[in-house]
Amino acid sequence: MSYQVNGTAVEHDEEGYITNLADWSKDLAEVIAKAEEVEMTDEHWEVVNFLRDYYEEYQIAPAVRVLIKAVKKTMGPDKGSNKYMYELFPYGPAKQACKIAGLPKPTGCI
Amino acid sequence: MSEVVKKFLYVNRKAPYGTIYALEALEVVLIGAAFDQDVSMAFLDDGVFQLVKDQNTKEIGVKNFSPTFRALGDYEVTKLYVEAESLAERGLTEDDLQEIVYEDEDDDWAEKPSIRIVSRDEMAAVMADQDVILSF
Repeated sequence: MSYQVNGTAVEHDEEGYITNLADWSKDLAEVIAKAEEVEMTDEHWEVVNFLRDYYEEYQIAPAVRVLIKAVKKTMGPDKGSNKYMYELFPYGPAKQACKIAGLPKPTGCI
Repeated sequence: MSEVVKKFLYVNRKAPYGTIYALEALEVVLIGAAFDQDVSMAFLDDGVFQLVKDQNTKEIGVKNFSPTFRALGDYEVTKLYVEAESLAERGLTEDDLQEIVYEDEDDDWAEKPSIRIVSRDEMAAVMADQDVILSF
């Protein structure tokens, strides 16, 4: 199973998470988003970039409640809410946004 | 949801790499943290090596997961007990361990250290005080 990005194939698992984290690119993110039926806006990118920074620092994709708490702290209470996150990523912010960000499935997501 | 909060202690006795115990324990802690229980971790014997700073796993081809310990505060796991005797027996001091902090919600989000160095006797008391102990 793979995504097609600019003529190259990028492998993913049965749930759509990419196999090799180093394969990620902004173009790939757009392709994954399309497969998830998410239209990427600046607000979506803000969350995706936040997740990538979190992973870079801690080597894990945060659970959804941890993501929301951390977003609340850095971007304010308007964005650090369940409602805002689920509006951007209807099938679950941690799950869908992590997939688009090229990260593994969140640890502690139940 | 049950309102009973139990005290869980995850005991880590093994070095971070070479076996899967340390990484699995950490993942269980992160997953278990979703259940709003009172979670602590203990590090003794070779387990103290898990918290050593500046780990580099490049040559052994496995992921360096030590940065993940610094995310524990976000998961409200704020008590990491490290046995002083185990450190000393391995020629380590507190300065060899990475800094891990949490933000205290009840104290204006002040940053506080999560690592607590305790003696063997104090560790025994910590263990005696738990409802559930899981050993890795």
